[in-house]
Order: sequence, then C-alpha cells, then structure tokens
Amino acid sequence: MRSGPFLLICLVLGGAVYGAAALLDNDYIFFAGYVVLQYVVLSTAWNILGGYCGYVNFGSAAFFALGAYSTVAIHKFTTINETVAVPIPILVLMAGVVSGVVGYGMGYLTLRLRGAFFAIATLALAVVLETLVVNWDFVGGSRGAYILRPSEIAPFGNYVRYLFLIMVVLAAAAVTVARLIERSRLGYGFATIRDDELAAEALGVPTLQLKLIATTISGALMGMAGAPFPYYIGFLQPSSTFGLDYAVNSIAMPLIGGTTSWVGPVIGALLLGSLEQIATVTISSAINLLIVGCLLVGFVIVAPRGIIGLVQTYRRSKPEEFAARRPIDADAPEATP
Amino acid sequence: MNGVANNLLEIDNLGKRFGGFVALENISLSVPNGERLGLIGPNGSGKSTLVNCICGTLQNEAGTVRFDGATLDGFTAHQRTRKGLARSFQLPRPFASLSLLDNIRIPLLYTVEARGRRHSTSEVEERCDHCLREVGLQDKARHLPRDLTQVEMRKLELARAMAAEPKLLIADESMAGLTHSEVEDILALLVRLNEQGVTIILIEHIMRAVMSFSRRIVVLVSGRKIADGQPDDVMRDPEVERAYLGQ
Repeated sequence: MRSGPFLLICLVLGGAVYGAAALLDNDYIFFAGYVVLQYVVLSTAWNILGGYCGYVNFGSAAFFALGAYSTVAIHKFTTINETVAVPIPILVLMAGVVSGVVGYGMGYLTLRLRGAFFAIATLALAVVLETLVVNWDFVGGSRGAYILRPSEIAPFGNYVRYLFLIMVVLAAAAVTVARLIERSRLGYGFATIRDDELAAEALGVPTLQLKLIATTISGALMGMAGAPFPYYIGFLQPSSTFGLDYAVNSIAMPLIGGTTSWVGPVIGALLLGSLEQIATVTISSAINLLIVGCLLVGFVIVAPRGIIGLVQTYRRSKPEEFAARRPIDADAPEATP
Repeated sequence: MNGVANNLLEIDNLGKRFGGFVALENISLSVPNGERLGLIGPNGSGKSTLVNCICGTLQNEAGTVRFDGATLDGFTAHQRTRKGLARSFQLPRPFASLSLLDNIRIPLLYTVEARGRRHSTSEVEERCDHCLREVGLQDKARHLPRDLTQVEMRKLELARAMAAEPKLLIADESMAGLTHSEVEDILALLVRLNEQGVTIILIEHIMRAVMSFSRRIVVLVSGRKIADGQPDDVMRDPEVERAYLGQ
C-alpha cells in the first residue's frame, strides 16, 4: 500500500475512535486516549533511531520536554502584548523544527559513540537541557509554568477533544513516516547501520549522514509529541516533563512491541499505554513505572524481539501457511523455495 | 608520465602507524588497469592494513593513494566505494537482518545509484538476481545470512562487492578455509570478473590460488614491500624465501 492511502486509513481509524468516544459522551476517554496516542508518537519516533539504526536513545524525555517548553516559550512571547495565541498545529510544527535542530546537534556531537556510550551521552543531554530550563525564568524556571487554555473550542466542544484530534493526526503522521522510511532506500540504509557500519561504509552507505537524518527525524517527532502537552496538562513543571516516565516508556514500548517494524512501537504503545491508564484509575498512578519495568524484564527474558518477534517465530514454524505471502519487512522470514 | 595515465591505482610512499608500531612504511605500488595482482605476506605483515588504507577504513598518515586519476586522501570509505573501489572483508560481514537479496540491494541503492544511474524496482531485482546467480546463491535469495555455510557466506561477500560495479576489486582472503574445489569456484569467478574488465587485487595465503591467478605478485613483510614482479621471479627471490621459510 502506498503512503497516502495508509495515512488516510490511520486517520479514519483515529476518527472512528473519536466518534465512538463522542457517542459515549465521556471526556475521560479523550483524556486518557491523548496520553496513549502521545506514546504512539514517542515510541514510533524512538524506534526510528533505536530500532531501525540500533542507537539507543535515553533522552526521549529531553526532546519531549523541548517540544513542550518551546510551546510555553512561544505562548509567553506572543501573549506578552496581548496578541492572539498561536494555534496549536503551528506550535507543533515549530516545536518539531526546534527539537529537530537539537536532534541534529545531538547526533553531530554523539554519533561517533556506539552502544552504551551513546546511550549515556543522550542521558547527559537530558540533564543539561533540564538544568537550562530550570534556570530559565521566562518559561517558569523551577516553579513551573501555567498555560490557561479555553475550556471549550468550536466545533469540538471540550478542549480535550480538540487536543485528542491533534494527537490522532500526529500519531497517524508519525506512523506513516516510520512506515515510509522502513520501505525506502533510507530504511535499507538504516538497517545496514544497525547490522554492521563498517560493511555499510564499504558498500557506499554514508553512515554518518544517515544517522544524522535519523536523529533529526526522531528528535523532531518527539518534540512534536510534546508541543500540545502544556495545553493538555495546564501546569508544566521541569521535574515531571523531563521525568523518567517518558524516557523509560518510549524505550519499553518499542521493545515490547518489536523494533524491526513500524507495527511494533504502535502495538507496544497501545498495549502499555492503555494498561498504564487503566492502572492509574484502578490501582494508583504511582504503580505505572513498576508495571512497565516488570513487563520489560519479562519480555527481555521470554520474547527479546517483542511481540512482532513472537509472531515471526510462529510464522517460521508454519512456513506452508505463509509461503504465498511476501514478508512485511526485510526481517520477516519466508518459506524455503 | 605516460605510465601513470594507465594506472588505476597508484600508491606513493604510504605509511601507517598504530601508536609506536609501524604497520606500513614507504609502500609504493602501481596497479595498471585490468591487472590481476596477488598480494601476499606472512600474518601481521600489513596486508589488511594496506587494504584498509586504500579503502578508507583507516586513514594513512604518510603518502598518498591515487585512484582513477584522483587523490583519495581525506575521502571516507563510502565516497571511495562510489568512485569504483570495492572490497570483500577477510571475515564475512553480511547484514544479518537483511535477506541475501537485500544484502545485494544495498550497493545497488547506495553506490550504483549514487553514480547517477537510477534503476526501476524491477531492474534492481534483476540485478540482484544476476549477482546472486553469478555465485550460485540464487536459490537462497530470500534467506537470511545465518542460514548460509561458510563458503556461501564468502560468496555472498564477493557478490555484494561485485554488485557495486567496481573498477577495482580487492578480495581479502576470500578463500581461507575452503576446500580445493571451492577455491577453484571462486578463482573462476574472479577470472571471469577480470575478463569483464575489473582490476583485481587478491590477498591470499593459499599459494596455489595466488600462483594460478596472479600475473604479478607483491610481497609485504613487516610493513615493507620486499618484492614486486612476475610470480615465478618473486618466488625465486631469496628475500621472499627467507621471509617465508626462515634462514
């Protein structure tokens, strides 16, 4: 399927969820659904660098927060003189540019490192950015920042519904981008970086350039996921925006879903995100990370290649049933001819 | 300067050190177009380091490498590959998560297309199939490299290097550990490539293979070139005998 129709299907699916929730007339569904969709974007973005290229980024929270704080900065700046507030879709795009640039910069500084060293460098980036924000008074510093959003917006009604729709579009776009990359020349290049950079260079793959593309796209998407967040939460605080939750979740979700295909992070985010939302309501909001941690440990032991990996292993064990089908991605096994 | 124009590869006073260890010292070597050159030397004599310096995996500190009329100093490995240099690795380095077909696809997408030749999807498939057929792996096109035997892995390594349509192919010990007939297979493949106009540098320990393939042999010992010439002359060279058999 080409990307246009695919994007359309994603949007229709999201629209259907919106419609169903609107019929139930329960705003909590939008409230929780927003968070789940936000994780779809975050984990898909993480997977472009972490899954496709094999570079583990522990700094997802930093990019997410960068998006959120660029919204705060723009909001504060434009409302100083009582000017009109910038519409959220534009804020999302601007946040994408800011965090894309930072992603590029991070890549340029750290991509000579591999494995654990790269991961530590990204963690360091998060600490540096948090320190900057804490000491930047204009966006609230350590006190945090309030964003007063209107409670209603035409024609959606409750403002949360509007934010939910924005996240639907963003998630559909992120997944479409990831899928497009996977099936393109770029995706093959990313896979060679994951497998063997030296051999990739020897065959003409410009590895540094491709890795910079990956950090830029990945960073931009994470920032875009964070851009509407201040409007969602109302009160933005450095310690929670840069929190461990985002970093851990955006790694755990692709790993649980499977990292070799765009489907993996989506499944992981929908599953884990929903589970966390349910746990928040039924048990306690503090237990989320414990659930994520336990699930991650379980999956690393039982299914190191995630849910996608389990499905592939199952297919491999029954080749005749799937012999006629072409693999979805390069990693999918195919029957012996 | 008449000779220079015909030389595809021109190495001039190349030097490479690792800390205090001199891996290569004052290596000068010219390889004319269409040559079949054998590069031999005991373990640790600097053969692979020389290959790495030519291909850009390592950067040489002294001297220059000229290829096809242009100086390569400062160019990265992928830029050199795009100029027409290709190599196979001593230990096969396939892309483990990609099928054989996709392994071959990489140089087509990133090297051949970067030279300005666009392929349609079906053309790419055709080219991949052709390359795999050349080495007899067409039946395993959709398998992953982990399903291959050691010989097949080496064949894949060569097929992938060939897919980049190089002017110069450096085969780094592509026959180590193979049986007699398998060596013959790969030699025949290299000769066929050479007849199509590809210049080949063969690095090998199997002397029978080197002697039957090479029209010229270069011997490296401890990072220095000690002999360069006709195979038979080189083999009779007392210095070469000393290096290989001891005094």
